[in-house]
Amino acid sequence: MAEDAALPADLLPAAFADWFATRGWAPRTHQLEMVARARDRRDALLIAPTGGGKTLAGFLPSLIELSQRPPANAPRGIHTLYISPLKALAVDVERNLATPIREMGLSIVAESRTGDTGAARRQRQRVKPPDILLTTPEQLALFCAWEGARAYFEDLSCIILDEIHTLHSTKRGDLLALDIARLQTFSPNLRRVGLSATVDDPDVIRRWMGFHAGERDDAPPAVDLVLGPAGTPPIVDVLLSEGRVPWAGHTAQHAMAEVYEVIKTAKTALVFVNTRFQAEFAFQELWRLNEDALPIALHHGSLAAEQRRKVEAAMARGELRAVVCTSTLDLGIDWGDVDLVIQLASPKGASRMVQRIGRANHRMDEASRALFVPANRFEMLECQAAREAIAENRFDGDPPRVGALDILAQHIMGCACSEPFDALALYDEIRTSGPYRALAWEDFELVVDFVSTGGYALRAYDRFRRIVKGQDGLWRARNAETILRHRLNVGAILSPAVLSVRLAGRGGRAGRKIGEVEEGYLEALEPGDTFIFAGQVWRLMGVTALDVLVTPAPASDPKMPSWGGSKFALSTFLAKRVRELMFDQAHWAVLPADVREWLELQRDRSLIPAEDEMLVETFPRGKRHFMVCYPFEGRLAHTTLAMLMTRRLERMGAAPLGFVCNDYALAVWSLNPMDGVDLDALFAQDMLGDDLEDWLAESYMMKRAFKGCAILAGLIERRFPGAEKSGRQVTFSADLVYDVLRRHEPDHLLLRCARDDAATGLIDVARVGHMLARIQGKIRHAVLDHLSPFSVPMLLEIGKERVPGAAGEMILAEAAEDLIAEASS
Amino acid sequence: MTALAHRPAPAPYAFAQSPCGGLEMEVMGAALRMRASGALLDLAHQALIVADLHFEKGSAYGMRGQFLPPYDTRDTLDRLEAEVAALEPQVVIFLGDSFHDGRAEDRLSSDDAARLVALAKGRTLIWLVGNHDADGPRRLPGQVVETMTLGALVLRHEPEPGEQPGELSGHLHPCARVSSGRGTVRRRCFATDGTRMILPAFGAYAGGLNLKDAAFAGLFGRPPLAGALGKDRVHAVGWRSLTGD
Repeated sequence: MAEDAALPADLLPAAFADWFATRGWAPRTHQLEMVARARDRRDALLIAPTGGGKTLAGFLPSLIELSQRPPANAPRGIHTLYISPLKALAVDVERNLATPIREMGLSIVAESRTGDTGAARRQRQRVKPPDILLTTPEQLALFCAWEGARAYFEDLSCIILDEIHTLHSTKRGDLLALDIARLQTFSPNLRRVGLSATVDDPDVIRRWMGFHAGERDDAPPAVDLVLGPAGTPPIVDVLLSEGRVPWAGHTAQHAMAEVYEVIKTAKTALVFVNTRFQAEFAFQELWRLNEDALPIALHHGSLAAEQRRKVEAAMARGELRAVVCTSTLDLGIDWGDVDLVIQLASPKGASRMVQRIGRANHRMDEASRALFVPANRFEMLECQAAREAIAENRFDGDPPRVGALDILAQHIMGCACSEPFDALALYDEIRTSGPYRALAWEDFELVVDFVSTGGYALRAYDRFRRIVKGQDGLWRARNAETILRHRLNVGAILSPAVLSVRLAGRGGRAGRKIGEVEEGYLEALEPGDTFIFAGQVWRLMGVTALDVLVTPAPASDPKMPSWGGSKFALSTFLAKRVRELMFDQAHWAVLPADVREWLELQRDRSLIPAEDEMLVETFPRGKRHFMVCYPFEGRLAHTTLAMLMTRRLERMGAAPLGFVCNDYALAVWSLNPMDGVDLDALFAQDMLGDDLEDWLAESYMMKRAFKGCAILAGLIERRFPGAEKSGRQVTFSADLVYDVLRRHEPDHLLLRCARDDAATGLIDVARVGHMLARIQGKIRHAVLDHLSPFSVPMLLEIGKERVPGAAGEMILAEAAEDLIAEASS
Repeated sequence: MTALAHRPAPAPYAFAQSPCGGLEMEVMGAALRMRASGALLDLAHQALIVADLHFEKGSAYGMRGQFLPPYDTRDTLDRLEAEVAALEPQVVIFLGDSFHDGRAEDRLSSDDAARLVALAKGRTLIWLVGNHDADGPRRLPGQVVETMTLGALVLRHEPEPGEQPGELSGHLHPCARVSSGRGTVRRRCFATDGTRMILPAFGAYAGGLNLKDAAFAGLFGRPPLAGALGKDRVHAVGWRSLTGD
């Protein structure tokens, strides 16, 4: 598969050709093509499936260049910078790179540098840079905020961006794109190389990778596209459970025995779930069934790092038969022995599934094997739709990203920490990065002013500027303390405040650490309650400032806090395919009998909407009236929609009492009938105007989004030596700051950032907007005298949901009522 | 708190909800109304009492390069003026830490300073000193004192240790945290056992200390009642409903 007439035969030097030969390999076409692009000094994006020798293809040109470098008198700077989204991946690639370097006897130094790298090594790397440095976006941002960054990177020849599809649509990606633009200024001949798994639209990533100075806005992407081989299509099955598919629920408990049997047939299986709660639950269930005592392990983000590393090591040694895991294992180092991927519960998106399935069998010529296990009936539709999308090689598309201004603020401060800057030159440089290509000068000026003075209409801080414009017209950081503060707060990752879970020792002291939980996870539990964590049952003894103290409670029946972990939204692409599958009755044959009957019943008792329609059902039940709509736009968008709908229904006199949402539908219940509601008016697009603004202002989502932006932009500090804040204090003061700012300067830059974030993330207004446009004139109303088959799963979720909105006041009022009862008893 | 559990159960607290959403209760016979704003009204003396305003806390951070929105003084004054307009008290008593630091008065914007001057028209301002503002204001109208009495009540910034019948104080910024299956709320609160009372911080940027914190231990003769600040009313929350952080 190596030969390609279009590529010159002399692309590989003899030493490299020999090395391939001694390993019994032939260089792959895309590997040679990457060498050819490098020879022409072209930027390139390589898209290839997992196991396609992608990493080597990225490094091959650098290894060749370095091996042919003439001797030099003075130490040279870094030649190639490799950026990985994961620390572990950077370290792993360092290890993998050592093999060809050693076997070919090349005199090339390749070293990793992550947050875990020791001080001595960091210091040495600064004085004597390695030829190849492997690191993370956060470390690169720190490098760029160094004094002397320009000189350090002036010899940089190549930057390799690995797993780029996981970064480009995030704030981490924004920061990385800005730093790439910076490096390009330091070293104008820099070559950019992107490595990505298969994506829907490679052009989005090519543009994200950036432009060159002076390039026209409408020019085609300057980055060449290199496509690897397609790889063998995976074999994906959907478990058609022997037990009936449940109406509702997310645990797939009904199928656990079958999952266990499938695990027994595999060498090593990865069992992916969507939340940490599901991971704990599935792990518990599998061990209950584990009569053969198979080595089955658990891996999720709340476990202690040490414990996770133990699982990873056992996995690498081939000692485990199955690992139940969350997105923590979506990416990462190679495990050759995984031969089966099981997705428990809904896949949510086709791209993530392909990534997960790629974890099985890192050899290109063998098909990966995967099994989807739907937890309820709607998920059965979703799993089928995902299976078909994967078979057709179709993926979810990420829209091109517009860079966030809080990240830009952080970057500008970083630039000032490194060296004085000229505003116009920096603006031009920033606009060569993909996400900030369209940045307006006015916005840039706003951000510079924010960095300098906080950017308030009340010019209170003009005397205390963090960056100051000098006589020479250049902006400089105010002093060494300002620089130190910035360096301690670099990065675009917001980690929620976490508490350590520790064994309770004698006298209430904290003992061995079992793991970490995000603050708020155990909120609903009282001391004495039991819960599952890290695969065991524990009794909560108490919570101190930093620790959750527990004792083992092996025999008890645990309460189960359903904590979020990572909740993915159903992708737009997959949602559309589910709607198509649902409408196409001929297609129902792929579904198990009970799900088919459910659809037929829905067709006969209510109706099945066409792919581009939205079904709205109204019916009475008990003393309440229900309205259930089925937009299939994901839980976040549905929650926003429900908040706005209930405001309107209130005004229309329906007296709504509550609502519940899942990924497919939302249900509102009310005191008065809603059969006569004007649905076109209810779902009119102006819903996203004043109603949204009113609701948003008070919303917890906005406060959370604001806190994130304030930290990233440097308004609130993550940490400062000697002034370590506990997460809780930060939470508290960020809310106070938000309230004050909203009341007195509602147009401030950071509130704008928070609104943008909330609109695309936490409340997904963008998606609600698209949906409202999609369904104009296409609402199908079914007026029913009792509930419909589709509505059953929704009604089953009622009562499990937290009541949003004024819940805080209600909790206080209830506590006060308790007291009154206490007093009068 | 375990020691308390063994005492004979004390009589329940006597309190009443006022139409304005406030909570009325007696401390050593003095009728007091806790307001949802966090201010306290002494009904007999028509005295409005506020604690820990921390004026110019924002600019104190700003001087160090952390540019918190410089509107905290303005925001605190907005709420104080609203209370004065609604209640028309004869006296406004500041329970100390009215200013975030010794230089804070100098940093007041002329507009904010003028609003404080206007507040003194037709009524008396009394500034108790606190640990943040040990000298009190120098140029603003009003009397600067260490402590004062108001009928049977003794007012000071920092609560004295042990049982102090009739004491009103601030300093500790009490907060009540209440959890239920549906979530958790943490709000500023009044704390009282009927013999003394600690006021919540009134300042926009003042943080809060959980009432279950060790700093409150030994101050109350029996588990205190928390008057938690809700949106438009003060909620009477019993000790058993409170949780630590």
